[in-house]
Amino acid sequence: MCQVGEDYAEPASEEPPPRQPGREQKCVKCKEGLPVVVIRAGDAFCRDCFKAFYIHKFRAVLGKNRLIFPGEKVLLAWSGGPSSSSMVWQVLEGLSRESAKRLRFVPGIVCIDEGAACGLSPEARAKALAEMKLILQTVGFPWHVVALEEVFDLPPSVLRCFAQEPVGTEGAYKAAVDSFLQQQHVLGAEGAGDSPSLAQGEEQLSWPCTQDPQNPQSPDRPPTAAQTEALSRLFDSVKTLTAKEELLQALRTHLILHVARTHGYSKVMTGDSCTRLAIKLMTSLALGRGAFLAWDTGFSDERHGDVVVVRPMREHTLKEVAFYNHLFAVPSVFTPALDTKAPEKASIHRLMEAFMLRLQDQFPSTVSTVYRTSEKLVKAPRDGCAAGPPGPRCLLCMCALDIDTAGAALLSQGGPPSPRHRAAVLRLPCEHEGLALPGPPAALHLGRGPAPQPELLPQGLHRAADPGVPG
Amino acid sequence: MAAPLSVEVEFGGGAELLFDGVKKHQVTLPGQEEPWDIRNLLVWIKKNLLKERPELFIQGDSVRPGILVLINDADWELLGELDYQLQDQDSILFISTLHGG
Repeated sequence: MCQVGEDYAEPASEEPPPRQPGREQKCVKCKEGLPVVVIRAGDAFCRDCFKAFYIHKFRAVLGKNRLIFPGEKVLLAWSGGPSSSSMVWQVLEGLSRESAKRLRFVPGIVCIDEGAACGLSPEARAKALAEMKLILQTVGFPWHVVALEEVFDLPPSVLRCFAQEPVGTEGAYKAAVDSFLQQQHVLGAEGAGDSPSLAQGEEQLSWPCTQDPQNPQSPDRPPTAAQTEALSRLFDSVKTLTAKEELLQALRTHLILHVARTHGYSKVMTGDSCTRLAIKLMTSLALGRGAFLAWDTGFSDERHGDVVVVRPMREHTLKEVAFYNHLFAVPSVFTPALDTKAPEKASIHRLMEAFMLRLQDQFPSTVSTVYRTSEKLVKAPRDGCAAGPPGPRCLLCMCALDIDTAGAALLSQGGPPSPRHRAAVLRLPCEHEGLALPGPPAALHLGRGPAPQPELLPQGLHRAADPGVPG
Repeated sequence: MAAPLSVEVEFGGGAELLFDGVKKHQVTLPGQEEPWDIRNLLVWIKKNLLKERPELFIQGDSVRPGILVLINDADWELLGELDYQLQDQDSILFISTLHGG
């Protein structure tokens, strides 16, 4: 047992402190393998059990939520980082299994080149892109690489919430799966070499040909220097790192959704891990986004209407992801981000990350506790598109605005916002090109930090003279 | 008296940025009075390999929270963390998880 005066620095002593699992222990699952990784608080897994545990979690999250229908087109948002790389790898492995347990959707990959926002030189960007393309070609799914500069070319339709397709009931999901399996069976019986699992692990023939993965409508042309310059100026004009990160997030989301809509994807998968989502939950609270936590951190995010964002990695901690990627050689590309090498107090995101990770170090159930809390969050009934007439939405994050209905009539007549309102209203005349939207005037959440300068926002969003927001 | 050791120190997940972008380092630790353990290795790394921003890698006498340590492809929590005694030809890998995926 642990003695108060025991001197751990003795060279002869090889015994680790008893409270920690030692190497002489066996894997907690199979009881015979040599453990290689400690998950949660004290569960040591051997390599094979860890792999099974990891893969099972991924399949379980997808299976539990039953949102992805067979044959559906799903866009995987890949940043090159460990979590999204792991997700892509899981999808790749999941699609090549024996027919009964195989994943059944049609994937594509989108990768956003954010180098301009992070201040990378053109050479660094080109180098990162080359590495990414190498991996994309290995994976073999249809892929789209889009530069963040293209956000300037987005049509105003991205800001509209499309009518939501009715979510299938339990019966509908089962029926869809059954009919899909029947189709596969019929195709298999008719032969024609359509066997689901080819020897080399190639993808099914029912996918579009991946010889020329790039969309022929938008050929792979690098962004112009003027666009890069405009994007740099936009980000430079944002004074705080917190606001920059939020802006980057908003622009990235719009771009990914645009790619999804253009190419007919109905779902987008992002690689947000458990750790990241726990940090995001706390950060969102600090940023005043408490009302939207369920959408920001939940498994599915339907705020955009026609395209649903899902987060299948939300039960994997960053430690599990890093271990899996290392032990099983999952390729990933490291690109410096906005907050690389930033000091701890540079932004709310960094501060919250440091806080959570430090707490996690001493109390290993911190992240999972925060995560469990996020699972209990329920989306409010007035969801925007689904119930009743659609209310005004924030331009940047597309969440429904929380303004009280009494003042809504006043706003739609173009009246001045009263101090009661919690959102700033920017009046857009309908003849304004670009962001002119039919219906009530567009409105913008005022987050922390100053907003970007008017002439530098995409498509020239003009600020009203008096924001009228208290505090 | 500890004999000189030859170990491989590797950095991943972005940690290599603090080491001039070099991921793998084959290092020879000189013989010294105290035995080489991870604690002493970190001090040595801070003095000899770390090129900038030590606070982003080391905190106190351990690594910063968010940086994983693997010793011969195994979690260091299984091996005693800072108290693990280094052996010749060991491979120590530091993976930073402090960036998004």
